[in-house]
Parts: sequence; C-alpha cells; structure tokens
Amino acid sequence: MTTETPVLPERLVEELDRVTIRFAGDSGDGMQLTGTQFTKTTAVFGNDLATLPDYPAEIRAPTGSLPGVSGFQLSFASSDIRTPGDAPDVLVAMNPAAVKTNVNDLRPGGLLIVDEDEFNSGNLKKAAYASNPLEDGSLAKWQVIKVRITRQNEMALEGLPLNTAQKFKSRNFYALGLILWLYGRSMDTTVKWAQERFGRMPDQLEANLRALRAGYNFGDTTELFRVRYDVPPADVPPGDYRHISGNEATALGFLAASVQSGLPLFYASYPITPASDVLHELSKLRNFGVKTMQAEDEIAAIGAAIGAAYGGHLGLTGTSGPGLALKSEALNLAVMTELPLVVIDVQRAGPSTGMPTKTEQSDLLQAMFGRNGDSPVAIVAPATPTECFTMAVEAFRIALKHMVPVIYLSDGYLGNGSEPWRIPKLADLPKVAYHYAAQDADFSPYRRDAETLARPWAVPGQKGLEHRIGGLEKSGATGDISYDPENHHKMTLARAEKVARIVNDIPLLEVLGPETGDLLVLSWGGTYGATTTAAERARRAGKSVASAHLRYLNPFPANLETVLRSYKRVLIPELNNGQLSLLIRGKFMVDAVGLNKISGQPFKIAEVEGKIDEMLGLTGPYHLQFGPAATLGGG
Amino acid sequence: MTAPTSNGSLISDLPVLTRKDFVSDQEVRWCPGCGDYSILAQMQKMLPSLKIPRENLVFISGIGCSSRFPYYVESYGFHSIHGRALTIASGLKSARPELTVFVVTGDGDGLSIGGNHLLHAMRRNVDLNVILFNNRIYGLTKGQFSPTSEFGKVTKSSPYGTTEQPLNPIRIALAAGATFVARSIDRDTKHLEETLYQAAQHKGISFVEVYQNCNIFNDGAFAAFAEKEVRQDRMLYLEHGKPLRFGKNMEHGIRLNGFTPEVVLNAESDDGLLIHDIYNPTPALANILVGMDYPEFPVPAGIFRSVTAPTFDELLQKQVDDAVAKGAGKFEDVLYSGETWTVS
Repeated sequence: MTTETPVLPERLVEELDRVTIRFAGDSGDGMQLTGTQFTKTTAVFGNDLATLPDYPAEIRAPTGSLPGVSGFQLSFASSDIRTPGDAPDVLVAMNPAAVKTNVNDLRPGGLLIVDEDEFNSGNLKKAAYASNPLEDGSLAKWQVIKVRITRQNEMALEGLPLNTAQKFKSRNFYALGLILWLYGRSMDTTVKWAQERFGRMPDQLEANLRALRAGYNFGDTTELFRVRYDVPPADVPPGDYRHISGNEATALGFLAASVQSGLPLFYASYPITPASDVLHELSKLRNFGVKTMQAEDEIAAIGAAIGAAYGGHLGLTGTSGPGLALKSEALNLAVMTELPLVVIDVQRAGPSTGMPTKTEQSDLLQAMFGRNGDSPVAIVAPATPTECFTMAVEAFRIALKHMVPVIYLSDGYLGNGSEPWRIPKLADLPKVAYHYAAQDADFSPYRRDAETLARPWAVPGQKGLEHRIGGLEKSGATGDISYDPENHHKMTLARAEKVARIVNDIPLLEVLGPETGDLLVLSWGGTYGATTTAAERARRAGKSVASAHLRYLNPFPANLETVLRSYKRVLIPELNNGQLSLLIRGKFMVDAVGLNKISGQPFKIAEVEGKIDEMLGLTGPYHLQFGPAATLGGG
Repeated sequence: MTAPTSNGSLISDLPVLTRKDFVSDQEVRWCPGCGDYSILAQMQKMLPSLKIPRENLVFISGIGCSSRFPYYVESYGFHSIHGRALTIASGLKSARPELTVFVVTGDGDGLSIGGNHLLHAMRRNVDLNVILFNNRIYGLTKGQFSPTSEFGKVTKSSPYGTTEQPLNPIRIALAAGATFVARSIDRDTKHLEETLYQAAQHKGISFVEVYQNCNIFNDGAFAAFAEKEVRQDRMLYLEHGKPLRFGKNMEHGIRLNGFTPEVVLNAESDDGLLIHDIYNPTPALANILVGMDYPEFPVPAGIFRSVTAPTFDELLQKQVDDAVAKGAGKFEDVLYSGETWTVS
C-alpha cells in the first residue's frame, strides 16, 4: 500500500502579543458571520478581545459596489485590551470594493488576503478601479496573498446538490477556515455552531463544513504563508467567561434588574438601528415574566412603558437618537409625574437619520436638555460592552429609589461591539429595591421622602390611594392641579434637587494615573478603551497624564470638580462636536479642550495620543486624519 | 430567581358602591351647559353596576376638555399628554391585565394627534374602554375646526370655511377591527348610561362615540336630529335581533336596495326590513349603517358591532404563563447561555 503523505513545509511559528484582523466583503458575503465565528473561537481560546462590526445600512446594496461593503474588525491579545485596534494587521478582502474601502487602514507591511477570482473587470469597474490593483503595483506596501477562494470553494463543494449561487455563499467559511489555521485555532466552535444553525439544511451544512475544512487545509498545505502566528491566552482573572455584545449585555442587565427587584419587566420599543437587538433579546424572555410590545411608533413605545411604570412594573423603552427626539414630550410627562421610567438610547450618527449604522456620542445634550421646561432626568452611560450589563441594573436602581426617569446612553459601537465577559455571580449583583406607597390615610401623591425627595409610588390596585396625576403642574401639598406661582417655583426646584441628590448614591469618579499633573483626559461612554489606553501609554512614556471616565452624566460624581482642578489642563475627547465639553465648561468654568471626531467611527488610540502630545506642548497642532477610502467604508 | 408575573395580590374584596363613591373632591370646571357633565354623570351612575373595586379602576385621558374627566372620578386617574392616552393605557393594561381601564378622549385628541394610536389599539384588541367625546370642534384651544368638523365649517382657524372632509369615527373603528363599536349622545342619558355599561362589559377594546354638545364654540352641532322633539324621527336606535325601525310610532323602516340602504316610510310589515345583528363576525352590515347620516337618513345610535376575539393583554399574559409553566426562567441559565469557558 502506498500512501501519499503530504510533505509539509517547515513553517515558522511567530508568537505575537496582539493581532487585529478585519474581514471585509460584500454585505451578502457573510463577513459579520465570519467575524463573529472567529471571535467566538478566539474568546473560547482565552484571548482578550474587542470587536467592531461595521456594516452598511442597506441590507443588500448592489453586489460588488462600494456602498455595499461590510466589515468586521476584531483585535485579540494575550494581554488586557480595550479597543478593537487602530490599524488592522490583517485584512481579508472578498472583492475589489472591499480592498478599495479598507486597504488604507491596513498597517504598512500588513497581510492582505484577497479572493483573486473576484478581481474581474466587472467588479473592478464597480469598485472604480481603472486597473487591477493586484497587477499594477499599487498594493506594494502590503504583503498581498492571492487566493482563488471562489474557485477552490467551488471545487470543494463539487457533487453537492447546490447551484453555483448557493455554493458561492460558502466562501466566507472558506476564508474563516484559512484564518483559523493562520492563528492556530480549532474549527470545533464553528463546526458545533454550524451543526446547530444549519441542522435542518443538511446540504448547506455539508457545504459550509467542507468549505471551512478546505480553507483550513489550504493554509496547511500551501506555501503562500511563510509564517503562522500564535497569540497565547491572556492572563485574566479566574472565573467563568462567555462572549457578549453590548446590546445583549444591555438586555441581560435589564433582566437582572427585574430579577433583583422582583418586579416584572415591560419593554416597549419601535424597531430602530442600532437598538433593535435589545428588543429581540428581551422578546425571548417570557419565561421570566418579561412582556415586550413592538409599538406602532416611538411615542407609543414610551407611552406604554410609562403605563407599565405607573402600574408598578419596570417600565422600559429603547431607541436611538431620532426616536429619543420623538419620545421627548412623553419623557417629560414621566418627569412631571415622577415615575421610575428607563429609556435606552443606543446612539448613532446624527442629526436626523444621519448614518444609522455608524456610532456617535451626540445625544448627550438631547438627553440633558431636549425637553420643554426645566426638566431634569438622571443619565448613565456604560463604558464597555460588558459594562452595559451593570449600568442597566444601575439605571433601574436609581429610577426606583429616586422616582425619576433615567436615560441610559449606549451607542452603536458599544451595542454591536463585543468582548469576553466574566459572568457575574448572582450574589455579587447589587440589590434593586422598590417601595410602593404606604397605604395610610395621610397619603399625598407628592409628599416627598426627606432624604431623596422621591414621591411615593402609589399603583392602581392599592386601596385607599386613589389619586390623579398628569402633565399639569400639581400642588406639592395636595396633588391637585395648581397654577400657584410659588408652588410651580418650588416644584421645579424640587424636581431639580431630587435629581441632584442622586449624587449621594453614586460612586466617586475614579482617576487612573497621578492625582495631580499636567493633563487630565476626561471621557464618557463608549470611548473608554481608546482614551484610557492613550493616557496609559502617555504615562508609560513618562508623561504626566491622568484619565478619568464618567459613567454618570447627570448628576456628575461629587468629586468631579476637585479632579478637574487637579490638573493644569483638561482634554475631553468625544465623538461629537463638544457636548460634554460644553457641560464641563458651563458648570465648572474649566477651560477644557475637546478632541472632537464626528466621522461615525470610534477613536483610534493614536488619535487621542496625538492630541495629548499637542496639549503637553510636545508637538504642534494635532489634526485628525480621514483616509478617503476609510471614510467611504461601509457606506 | 424569577420575577413575579403579576400584582394580583394587590386586588381587594368587592365592595358595594354607589354613584357618590365615584365623585371625586375636585371642582368640575367645564363650561356650564357643556355636554361633558352628562357623560360624567352617566359614567358615575353606571360604575357601581360593574361591581369593580374603585382602586382597580383607572381612567386615562389625553388633552382637551374631555380629558379633564379623570380628575372628577374617584378612582386612579392619569391625565396625560395630547393624543397619547391610548399608549399609556395599552402599556398599563398589558402589564396589569386585572385592572379595568377607561380611556377618555375627544375628536381632536383621539382622531387627529392621537389617530395612529387609536388604529393600533383597536387592531390589537387591547381590553380597554374608549369613550370618544365628539363635539366636532377644538374647545380647549377656543374654537378651531376638528377632524370631525363638517366640510366648509367657518371657525377661528378657517374664516373662509374648511377645505377638508371630516372623518367618521365609527367608520374608522370598524375599519381598524374594533370588536365593540357603539354611538350614543349626551342628551339621551338612559341610552348613554346603557351604552357605557355594555362597553364596559365587553371583553376586548370597546369604542363608544358620544355626540357631545359644545355650547360655547359649536352649539347645536347635533340639534337637528338629537333634540328630544325630533330624535325619534331622525335617529335610528339599533337593537340587536330587531328590524331597523324609527319614527314616533316606529312606523318607518330601513331596507337594502343592493348594497344601498333606503328608508321605507310607513312600513307596515317587518318583511324586507334589515334585522340588526351586532354579533355578525363580518362588519358588512355595520359598514352600511355607518354611512347613514342626517338628513338623508336617521342617524344610527347604539351598538354597531360586538364580537369576541382574544385580547392583546390576555394573549401576552398567556405567553408569559405558558412559558413559566414550561419552566420558569433561571437567571443563571441565561447568563451561561452560548459557549462558556473557565479560567482558573
């Protein structure tokens, strides 16, 4: 018997601390799936990681076109990381349009893996290439690996009862297999997932698994790759882990608030990018008593949530910026009636419809002030995808204790981004307490708690507490309609003071770095990873730079002013045109300087570093760079 | 750990109540002579017959003269914002199906700014009792035309007359699939009280249009057919299972000519007259009746339609109950869903 054992080339295994990969292709090429599967495998392997899905708003833009390019970036490392990476080390591009829109982000010398078969004249034309970049030398600063993915995938699938178009759909599994091989990862996680996902479609399952293995084996047998990379597991705290996205963590956090308080959760929402996943997740949880309602519009959604809050349940609604604008009148009703409502805003690039699938932090001022009258609400903002869980619990803890609407400001980057999550122990979760009004004779709807100024929560069904509330100003003494001048003055101050007193119930602002120094980097929301890492790198280079990250935007933590005044200068990087800066300057008269990026993309660490150096006087004025292709990327 | 699925334990025992128990301590501030007084009085008279504890009754309103209603009823009340009463009521009823929820709205609140919510509450069949006070005018804002004002109406905001056609609220309700649809009138107190009672008894959404006179800005809007002296000749009181008859001695009738109704003056026999059927699963007959208006026809009042269908709130509750019966959710299981790994 003669056997043919392939003679494997001797291959170098290079150990790396961190790798950033971007998968890019047509929105129909399944790049989000490829990215997600690689992420899961990498998470299970034990790397720390962060992801950035970047997809077009069009579900199916014309195939091969520039606006139709969809991307998924992930960074994984053997150490603790906080961002999905600045410049990718590897770009997997499934067609010319994906090269065009993404290659300028690839670090010089980085690996560009392309599906050579897709570089035909039609696709080149759609990508506005005058000549084939694989042949004209324009890609010389990168290591280009040309793989005939389409053809090889087709060959691997020979004999399956699928037509060419159906076979074409397995290309992403081929690419995934190749990358799994390149980083020495097992196919097990993907095989298991595919068996569940395609269990009822045996031909498709077989096609995808064959494609996956073909890609993996191609890496193993070809000599195209001189090096294979190894990124050892990260050194993370012991515990049970899973991989989770920000929107999933948001949904689970609000479920946790229900579990911890013992009150049923009622979620009403109108579908809107990028918040819809929260509705999808919560809709599955009927066995926890969670009721969800897909309302006829944004206003109906918040109205229904107010109804549930009035009824003594956890009233929750969720949306993105345009939806928050529609909800503002009803939100003001919750302010006036002092009900414990929580509003999720997964922010996206505005104004108006803006760029629905791109991230931004530009709803802060809308959350603070976007209502008629003096209308304070509490505002919290998670810093990372996994923190979406804890801040959701916080939102209801505050709403219920202080009888106040709370806006929870997530964003598209946090919501769609994902990272490994150390699963919390139930015993470690904060208690979420609520109190219905005491059923005694001297009940009055606006008799306030001496400490918090919260009014009593009297819910229908409580005998003897029948009363009327509404949007008209009420007498603080009797709860009846009142146009009394002094009463309105006092009630307005009471509503403000009630929110201000939440300060006694939230943690102090934590500072990383020196307690005093040259520069404080102050950030909030989803920019945490980039700003914190940039400040850390500056300190490592011997610079006097501290960072602090706000998770409570209204009220601010008690020590914020002291922190601000402990540094010569203050830098506020924000993905908006200076909204936190305006609040800080207005409230504390501190001459804060903004780094404002409004491109729909998160900060790169290097961008914040550039501004830090400028403010320390180490360089001249820092200007953000927008690569022409990169800004087109994703449509 | 699981969350409770309802607050059923809050509900107390049944009391015996009278009209006075539903009169709140608030001073009623409608204009003297307003039709709203009658609707409030009939409601307060009717409520004890429901035998529902006061604390389980909730009145929710939007904005407008009618929307002051909750202040005057001794129960739980929520005077919300313009057009949105149904959204709050839908959320409350869905969260707490054991409550009885009334929505008080007007032609502006319910059909103009809140029109969308009316359609969707009806198609969902949320178990709410919606009372729409139709005075065909904006009263609280002092006299602009409303979506039910007649074509060409001269008002403060239409000095040259309106250039738009009115909506018929009953037609909207039927089109949106409301399971209980009725019309009454402020002046006919007995009929109004009975109609409110039937609406409250109905499981599912009930929609009652009440012709209500605004004696300040639109006085006499319904006088031509609703005044006591002419009412019998110019209104058609719908009664289930009976032929459609009107007139002082019920001498006239209504029959169909093809798809078109026609008046039969002095119809001696019931033969050929339409027989009213509120339980008919198809709204065909109701849709014909709704097109009848004065002066061509007598104006129909009473129940147009009353059919049974599962309600939104009970279906939602059932999904919860069924899911919990199959196995109440364990939070740990959700936390650990998907692939997990242990770092030691």
